Amino acid sequence: MEKFTRLTATACPLDVANLNTDQLIPARYLKLPRSAGFAKVLLYDLRFGDDGHERPEFPLNRPTWRGAKIIVGGRNFGCGSSREAAVYALRDYGIGCVIAPSFGDIFAGNAAQNAVLTAIVSDADAAELMAALVAKPGLELTVDLEQLTIECRSRTFGFAIDPVRRTRLLNGWDDIALTASYRDRIAAFKADDRIRRPWAAPRSVHEDRE
Amino acid sequence: MDEERTLLDKVWAAHEIARREDGESLLWVDRHFVHEGSFHAFSRLAERGANVAEPGLTFGVADHYVPTRGVRRDITNPEIAHMVRQLEENLAKHGIVLFGLGDPRQGIVHVVGPEQGLTLPGLIIVCGDSHTSTHGALGACAFGIGASQVAHVLMTQTIWQRKPGRMRVTVHGEAAVGVAAKDIVLAIIARIGADGATGHALEFAGSAIRDLSIEGRLTLCNMAIEAGARCGMVAPDEKTFAWLKGRPCAPEGVEFERAVEDWSALATDGGAPFDLDVYLDAATIAPIVTWGTSPEDALPIDASVPDPTRETDMARAKYLRDALDYMGIAPGSRLTEIVIDRVFIGSCTNSRIEDLRAAAAVLAGRTSKVPGLVSAGSARIKRQAEEEGLDRIFRDAGLEWGGPGCSMCVGINGDIVPPGERCASTTNRNFRGRQGPGARTHLMSPAMVAAAAVTGHLTDVRPFLSGRKV
Repeated sequence: MEKFTRLTATACPLDVANLNTDQLIPARYLKLPRSAGFAKVLLYDLRFGDDGHERPEFPLNRPTWRGAKIIVGGRNFGCGSSREAAVYALRDYGIGCVIAPSFGDIFAGNAAQNAVLTAIVSDADAAELMAALVAKPGLELTVDLEQLTIECRSRTFGFAIDPVRRTRLLNGWDDIALTASYRDRIAAFKADDRIRRPWAAPRSVHEDRE
Repeated sequence: MDEERTLLDKVWAAHEIARREDGESLLWVDRHFVHEGSFHAFSRLAERGANVAEPGLTFGVADHYVPTRGVRRDITNPEIAHMVRQLEENLAKHGIVLFGLGDPRQGIVHVVGPEQGLTLPGLIIVCGDSHTSTHGALGACAFGIGASQVAHVLMTQTIWQRKPGRMRVTVHGEAAVGVAAKDIVLAIIARIGADGATGHALEFAGSAIRDLSIEGRLTLCNMAIEAGARCGMVAPDEKTFAWLKGRPCAPEGVEFERAVEDWSALATDGGAPFDLDVYLDAATIAPIVTWGTSPEDALPIDASVPDPTRETDMARAKYLRDALDYMGIAPGSRLTEIVIDRVFIGSCTNSRIEDLRAAAAVLAGRTSKVPGLVSAGSARIKRQAEEEGLDRIFRDAGLEWGGPGCSMCVGINGDIVPPGERCASTTNRNFRGRQGPGARTHLMSPAMVAAAAVTGHLTDVRPFLSGRKV
């Protein structure tokens, strides 16, 4: 995975609470293979009307925010379904960072697996950032993961992120490679556990017991 | 160590292989469920030429895309047929058991796991589906994960996780007749919010929770994710043990006795600390419906929907306006004035035998004013319902009796609510477009859906229960 350290880019305000992963990518697009690219289906039903035409009033469809790489969102951003394709859609569109007062846990975990930063700010700071972006469309923010800061013109805001997710993003870790170094400890755990919890293994399910 | 520990603490400690300095733990996974949507993870394995570490602890279920109507093996939509076939091929390749289409054990993954006795107290269970929280009803620590983590679990049978915070919701007192587990959990979500439990494992406790059947507890923990919780949990008790005994994959004989001994020690110790504690009185909970586009938008059936013009917080007023506008409801309307177009009874939230019985108790001898679909949670539940004659009650009322699957909860198998239509639904998410583009969803209990079917509008089920065995 690529590393995330610092990002300076146009930020788009999406002032919607509980913007769930069903909005980020509607379920009917979940059949797409990863290679298909998910940029087009990001926020599909909010970006496009029934006839497939762009809704001009939707922020990401406005010329100033079309190339945004940062989103400032509302409370509980990314709640709901565990679909990682919600993050694929953001990433493929070019979004590297979402700033919001709170995030769905599974979404935030998925984001950290795909080099997308989820930055948690206070309600007041979110409102202030949102207002600044609306007042000056096209405004750039600088998000610094090492310093845990967001620069907005002359103001600097702090943000929080689960330290584990921060480390993963800063290092661009590949979990599977990391876990490989624990192979012996896993094997030892498994051997002990069989004695400790003999009931934990499932009885054979290969035969139909109905 | 003699400090008092919570249920979560005990299950976590029993699975911790290692803990890094940054606080993340490497946990052993006892059960891993996969479904059609897990294909991204299998692709990841194929790219790396990797194998599944523990095929015997991995179980596949065809549920998200399977048809519920007609000859189910005969999928006409080629894209949907591909999704089901892809699962079959991936599982066959890796030697993983599949509860597939046509298998007498097939059903919704969160119904099948407990039903087959694969879900047990004290286990860590993961699945690439947010409603994996359901399995916590039996005292497991169960949570949904994304595709990257599914791939990691497939390859290592372990998962990196930071231990969540400890939150407890205690519901004391006794729930009134007509108030179901669904009402209790919607009341909790309305109280704490759709992100009220974010970052926490949510343990449900108190007399009203102990009084719930296992089916009720499964409904409760299913919706824990709708409060943002990492997982929902109920301490296992005698009810849990009795419910599990004799299930096909559960331990048997002396092994079962040994297990019960271990499981009995799992309950939270008196005085164990929680980071957050919330209390509710079950006696104050009435049947509840949602009116908006988040499960937190829930109110007792005798209430009226909010009026944005009376809201002083501008952001909140905008949220209310947007939600009411999408739902096509006039501000301030009484909930009982809301006319519905169809009903759906099913999903991992409310498709178990007790849910079907509760709906049938209301519908018996009555007719639905609107069309609707009833989808049992598993083939096994479907057979049991048919033995009890419940299918006839639904059919006689004018509803369709379908096969098991995720169906109209998520709409990806083709069972959708048409654009602009309003559905009274036993499902878990009233998100915009969840049941199909432009669909309007009101969440409620199975009995409340049945009452809405009979009257054609949202209504209090309680008058429909008089003189009936519920």
